[in-house]
Amino acid sequence: MKKLYLLDDAIISPLGFSIEENISAIREGKSGLQLQQKPEITENSFYAGIIDESPLNDAFKAIRNPKKYTKLEKMMLLAVQQILNKNPNLNLAETALVITTTKGNINLLKDPGNFLEIRLKLSELGKVIANFFGFILKPIIVSNACISGGLGLAVTRRLGSIGKLKNALVVGGDLVSDFVVSGFNSFQALSQEACKPFSRDRNGISLGEAAAAMLVSIDKPESSGNIALIGDSTVNDANHISGPSRTGEGLYQSIQKALKEASISTTEINFLSAHGTATIYNDEMESMAFHRSGLQNTPLHSLKGYFGHTLGASALIESIVTKHSMLKNHLYSSKNFGELGVSKSLNIIQQNGEKQINYALKTASGFGGCNLALVFKKE
Amino acid sequence: MQQDFYIKDWVKIKDGKISNSKSEIFNSSEKNLDFFLKSVYDFLELKYPKFHKMDGLSKLGILGTEILFRKNSISTDTALILSNNASSLETDRQFQESTKTFASPALFVYTLPNIVLGEVSIKFKLQSENAFFIAESFNAELLKNYTESLLTSGKSSEVLCGWLNLQNGEYDVFLCLISPEINISFSEESLKNLYFAEND
Repeated sequence: MKKLYLLDDAIISPLGFSIEENISAIREGKSGLQLQQKPEITENSFYAGIIDESPLNDAFKAIRNPKKYTKLEKMMLLAVQQILNKNPNLNLAETALVITTTKGNINLLKDPGNFLEIRLKLSELGKVIANFFGFILKPIIVSNACISGGLGLAVTRRLGSIGKLKNALVVGGDLVSDFVVSGFNSFQALSQEACKPFSRDRNGISLGEAAAAMLVSIDKPESSGNIALIGDSTVNDANHISGPSRTGEGLYQSIQKALKEASISTTEINFLSAHGTATIYNDEMESMAFHRSGLQNTPLHSLKGYFGHTLGASALIESIVTKHSMLKNHLYSSKNFGELGVSKSLNIIQQNGEKQINYALKTASGFGGCNLALVFKKE
Repeated sequence: MQQDFYIKDWVKIKDGKISNSKSEIFNSSEKNLDFFLKSVYDFLELKYPKFHKMDGLSKLGILGTEILFRKNSISTDTALILSNNASSLETDRQFQESTKTFASPALFVYTLPNIVLGEVSIKFKLQSENAFFIAESFNAELLKNYTESLLTSGKSSEVLCGWLNLQNGEYDVFLCLISPEINISFSEESLKNLYFAEND
């Protein structure tokens, strides 16, 4: 399999509308999570990372009329626009568009506003983004629960390896819609405090909304200092559709296969970007899988305390932050971590630090028993 | 060296009819989706109680894979690559309706298209590559290319790929088992020919 090079990227989140704002907010320990009240959905208040629509519209006005696009579309279009601005010579006729989302414009199901019903469809979301910029190739839309964003990178690498594409814009996004809030609330999975991944007092997830985009290429860039995806694997738990495997089997196997493909051993991994949703069972499962993989001493964090769980965007955003960590040799702390609350020891990053990062591992897991492992290399 | 792959077998479920690479195996005039699904379950003598709690999309996926996998021995690394147009919208609407009274966790679990991949993985003990794609219409090119990438890279020894759509009670299922074992030549054209045959 060929390598997939990670080039320019963009994140639109409550922490900011540029990559610089997002990375520096993480460095400064700022969180996008805020207390939310939605009495029509749940009597309990909860924390979530929600983007204010007014600054989003202001930013969007610079490119097009905000009234013609849904909130999610505006977020995703802005992210792509930023990358195209930095790459004016990119040939869109031969650049693939890969879209990753779990629910897309699902909020239109409850309140369509002025939008036609078809706008609910993920295929239509793909069309809107493709037509906005003039992508020629049919968008590839990945909707595979909470591994979608990272799976989009793996899909791109796989298709690129057999010569079916050279460049791609991988775009991820999801909203904190009433739909998902109601769903996770019905599951009693929402934390009433800001989520605390891997902590003893963790008690569920905080949702977040964000869009992210990344330009990737099978061709090695001429400039030095690049990050490449060199190993990837997804393995299903085959255990339960909404609960993770107790032994972390699928995630463990994903990690093993991704490392094998990358031809490196566990000890060479300098940093691990975990999924870390802060539900009791997810974090416990991850600790089992990491321990079985011999990763108990590898510095790791979860970014959910900064962004919340951004569902189909999360693994893409976390891969982007991992890329910047690797380039700068920075380790970012795992926000809201207190005392370790999983049964296997882990090396949770408690303070920002510096470390030579040559290889990093990104993992994600989701409903349907899906798991993903990505191995990144600095070269 | 370029390795060749083949469509070892396929199954199609549409308009009350079920057929595979050999022949038509089931035909029903039942218009109601739930009754149709139950009649196929009974016809196959499935005896899988978990089936009854599933949503329509997962039930269709389980029935389709059951028919394919009964006839063909499969390995635990058989990848599942499915796609459709409506995602899980049929169940999304039911869940949205439930939020008017008490949001149903049992429905919410099925508001992701890839849940069917989890259900199939559990039923057939497949710990393998999974991906769910959304497309405007049957995406033979992507299914062919992605399947080929998994097989040539050795990530999977066989791939179950296909189309699994459910919208407004109308179902359109076409699943193929792709392997190095010689049968129907595996190409974008052959996928399209099989899918569109009697499908127009």
